[in-house]
Amino acid sequence: MTVQELPGAGASHRSTPPPWRPRTDAAPLLPDPEPYRVLGTEAADRLDPALMRRCYAELVRGRRYNAQATALTRQGRLAVYPSTVGQEACEIAAALVLEEQDWLFPSYRDTLAAVARGLDPVQALTLLRGDWHTGYDPRELRIAPLSTPLATQLPHAVGLAHAARLRGDDVVALAMVGDGGTSEGDFHEAMNFAAVWQAPVVFLVQNNGFAISVPLAKQSAAPTLAHKAVGYGMPGRLVDGNDVAAMHEVLSEAVRRARAGGGPTMIEAVTYRIEAHTNADDATRYRGDAEVEAWKAHDPVLLLERELTARGILDEEGIRVEREAAEEMAATLREGMNADPVLDPMDLFAHVYAEQTGRLREQAAMLRAELEAGDE
Amino acid sequence: MTTATAKAKAPAKPATMAQALTRAMRDAMAEDPTVHVMGEDVGTLGGVFRITDGLAKEFGEERCTDTPLAEAGILGAAVGMAMYGLRPVVEMQFDAFAYPAFEQLISHVAKMRNRTRGAMPLPITIRVPYGGGIGGVEHHSDSSEAYYVATPGLTVVTPATVEDAYGLLRASIASDDPVIFLEPKRLYWSKSDWSPQAPARVPGIGKALVRRSGTSATLITYGPSLPVCLEAAEAAREEGWDLEVVDLRSLVPFDEDTVVESVRRTGRAVVVHEAGGFGGPGAEIAARVTERCFHHLEAPVLRVTGFDIPYPPPMLEKYHLPGVDRILDTVARLQWEN
Repeated sequence: MTVQELPGAGASHRSTPPPWRPRTDAAPLLPDPEPYRVLGTEAADRLDPALMRRCYAELVRGRRYNAQATALTRQGRLAVYPSTVGQEACEIAAALVLEEQDWLFPSYRDTLAAVARGLDPVQALTLLRGDWHTGYDPRELRIAPLSTPLATQLPHAVGLAHAARLRGDDVVALAMVGDGGTSEGDFHEAMNFAAVWQAPVVFLVQNNGFAISVPLAKQSAAPTLAHKAVGYGMPGRLVDGNDVAAMHEVLSEAVRRARAGGGPTMIEAVTYRIEAHTNADDATRYRGDAEVEAWKAHDPVLLLERELTARGILDEEGIRVEREAAEEMAATLREGMNADPVLDPMDLFAHVYAEQTGRLREQAAMLRAELEAGDE
Repeated sequence: MTTATAKAKAPAKPATMAQALTRAMRDAMAEDPTVHVMGEDVGTLGGVFRITDGLAKEFGEERCTDTPLAEAGILGAAVGMAMYGLRPVVEMQFDAFAYPAFEQLISHVAKMRNRTRGAMPLPITIRVPYGGGIGGVEHHSDSSEAYYVATPGLTVVTPATVEDAYGLLRASIASDDPVIFLEPKRLYWSKSDWSPQAPARVPGIGKALVRRSGTSATLITYGPSLPVCLEAAEAAREEGWDLEVVDLRSLVPFDEDTVVESVRRTGRAVVVHEAGGFGGPGAEIAARVTERCFHHLEAPVLRVTGFDIPYPPPMLEKYHLPGVDRILDTVARLQWEN
C-alpha cells in the first residue's frame, strides 16, 4: 500500500505550524557595507584634540615598539615576534577604551595592546623571549595571558564578564582575535555564549588579510566578518582598522553598551599586516609587493599625523617630541631585554599543582641532583 | 565543610551514589556562594542522570545554569569565571561528549597555574560520567581516564562508593586546582547505608584505601571495577586465595605508597580497569609496582583491562568489560606453583 492509497489520501492535510517569531529584528544588527571612517571625513570635525594627541603618542610608541621587538629577534634576544606594524591603531584603541577595572584578553599578536594598557614591555615579551610562558600576574593590570591557541581566550572573556555581572561588578571584557581565528570553533561558541548570556563583552576581530599565508577568501565566505555577529543576535560593526579615531569611537560605543547592560558587540577592524606573520615567516611566498605598498599608503600613523597637522593639533615640534619619547621607550626595552633573564630550573615543578604530587617531588629531586652534580 | 559535619547525626539510611553526589554539590553551594554548577540540561531537568536535581530550584538558575550545547564553550566560560574568583562545577554529559572541550582542558585548564607562576590557579571541578556496563549506545560508555592522567596539571579523582562520592566531590570542589571527577555511571544507582544529614568527613585527595584485606595477592583498581574486584575476591576464597583489594580513589595523585605497601606484603598484584590496556593507567601502575616491589614479587604484575578496541556496542559489551571470571583466570596465572 502506498501513501496515496491510504484512507483520506487526496483530502487536504494542510496544517499550520504553531506561531514562531524571530527573537530580534536582524536589521539593526547588520554592519554598514563600508568600513566606518573618521579621519579624512566630516566626522573628524568632532575629534577630541587631547584624545587624538594621546592616540598619536601611543601610535608612534607602538610603531617604535614593533621595530624594536623585531630587531631583538635578529639579535637573538627574542625567540620569535609576531609584528603588528600596520595594525597599531587597533592595538592602541583596544587598550585606551578600557577602564582600570576592565579586562583585556589578547591573542599572542597583541603584546602592543597589553603594553599600551600599561604592562612593562619586558613582561609582555616574556612569552616570546622564552624564559616563562606568562611574564606577569594577569590580575595586576587585568590582562589575561597571551593566548597562542587561536580564539581559545574568547570563551574566557565571556565567562569572566558573565561572572562579574553575576556579582554586580562594573566590568567589561575586551577580547581580541584575528581573521583566521574566526574560523575556530571557540570563536563561534564564545560569540554564542556571550549573546545568550548578554555578557558585557566586546569582540575585536583584526582582519589583517592573512592567517599566516592563507588569505581571507580561503578563510570565510561571509559578506564581511562583522556579518557573523548577526547570526548570534549581536550587532556587528565594520571599521577601518587603520583609522584610530574610528576605532576608538566604535570600540568606546561597544564598551559603553556592554557596561550599560546592552550585551556584546562584535567589531571587524579592516587592517593589514605589513610585515610577515613572524620573523620566521617569508611573506613573499604568498603576496606581492604592490599589495603591501598600497596598504603602506593607508598607514595608521600617517593617517592621524596628516589629520592632526592639517587641523593644527600637531606640529613639527610635537612630532619630534613623540618620536623622542618613543626612542626612550625603545632604549629602555633594549636595556631590559639585554639583561639575561634569571632562570631557575626548579621552577619547572613549582607551579604545576598547589601541592606537589609525590611523582613531581621525585622528579624535582632527580633534576636537583643532576644540577648539583653538574656544579661539582 | 564544618557546618555539614556539625549537624546532629541522623540515622544512616540506604542512599544511592547519585543522591550522595547531588548532596555534595548542594552542601558546597550552600556553604560557598562562589560555587556555580553549569552544563547541558543541569538546570530545569536536573541533568540526564538527575545528579543536579533540585539545585536550580534551590539556588536559582544563575547558580545552576543550563548552558548552550557546546562543551568547549562551557569549559572555556568556566575558565573565565574561575579567573574572576568563582568556583565552577562543570558537568560533561557523557565521557565521549567531553572531547570537544579538550583544547580548553589541555591548553588552559591544566596549564593556567603553571603558565602564570601560580598567580592564576583555576579551581574548576569537571564532572564526567564515565565507563560502560549500562547498555549505552556508541559514544556513551568510554573510559577516558588515560587522556586525563596524561595531562600534567589535572587532578583525576574517581569514587567507587556512596560515601566517597560525597566526600571526594566535596574535596574536589574545595580544591584550588582543576579536578577531573570521573563518576562511574553504572554505580550511580548503587546503594549503601549513608547518612546525608551528617556526611562523613571530607577526605583528602590522593589517598588510596584497602577495601578488603588479604594475604595472597593484591587487586589494584578504582571506580566501576571496585565492586567487580570485591566480588572476585569473595569468589576466590573457594580457590583458596585471600585477595586484598586496593581502591585508588584518585589516579592523580597516585598513592604509590599504599599500593606498594600492599604488594610488598602479598607478593602478587593484578591491576583491574575498564580502560584499554595499552597506555592505560594500569600500565603505569604495573611499571611502578615492578620498580618498587621487584624483590618482593612472586610473579609478574598482570593486568585485566578492557580490550584495546573502540568501546563495543551494548549487546557485546559483556565480552569487553573485566569480569569476575577474567579476574580469577588472571589471578590463577600468578605463578602459584614453584
